[in-house]
Amino acid sequence: MDALRRTVLRGAGASGALAVALAAGLLKPQQARAAGWNKDAFGAKTPADALKGIGAANTSESKDILIDAPQIAENGGVVPIEITSTVPGTRSIAVLIEKNPFPLAGKFDFKEGAVPFVKLNVKIGESSNVRVVAEAGGKFYVAVKEVKVTIGGCGG
Amino acid sequence: MADPMKVRATLKGDIADIRVLMNHPMETGQRKDGGGKIVPMHFIQNLEVKVNGKAVVEGQISQAVSRNPVFSFRVKGVKAGDKVEVSWLDNKGDTNKTETALA
Repeated sequence: MDALRRTVLRGAGASGALAVALAAGLLKPQQARAAGWNKDAFGAKTPADALKGIGAANTSESKDILIDAPQIAENGGVVPIEITSTVPGTRSIAVLIEKNPFPLAGKFDFKEGAVPFVKLNVKIGESSNVRVVAEAGGKFYVAVKEVKVTIGGCGG
Repeated sequence: MADPMKVRATLKGDIADIRVLMNHPMETGQRKDGGGKIVPMHFIQNLEVKVNGKAVVEGQISQAVSRNPVFSFRVKGVKAGDKVEVSWLDNKGDTNKTETALA
């Protein structure tokens, strides 16, 4: 774990160098947008629109989705969230931070063999509900957990 | 040009625990630099995990994922020595790929 932490710190320095390279115009300009990126859902500014974007209508609450996230996050820039869905046949998991400027943070599709589990770090701008939507058998199941943030993760 | 990424895949029973560390600024387009100018959006949009060449997890993410993203995924029905490949693509068309053997 410690080695991983070192890499993270080193990475922080390296990405600074990347930013400098970008500013100097060394890297190629905007091009080739990702083909498989749901622009409508990710560009949505409200949770309702984001849900519409991923086609999630008629969600029902489920206790079979576990969200492991801190109740209080000191640093909204890095909030670890661990999600496990035990809904049988879960095919995808989407994560929404309701109060972020663009609520949808990610959507993960699980193919054959993958366990419906994901752990990631997200930015949370202000105290917000974290909404997780799992898709199974064409139905959408949802679970919500509130995360309080003491220092925001957006802007600066 | 993309910074290296790190993938660690370990076997627990017949489930692989795949941990990924990507080096990426993940700029939201909302942060200002020292001169008060907005730093343009620059973030990973797509990521893919493959085992033995077969896609197991496909993810789409937004700028809300933290800088230098870390992910964990789990895949079952695998064995030691299986090839785990992780790749990403960002909004500027940059891409990166790393391969490791399941241990």
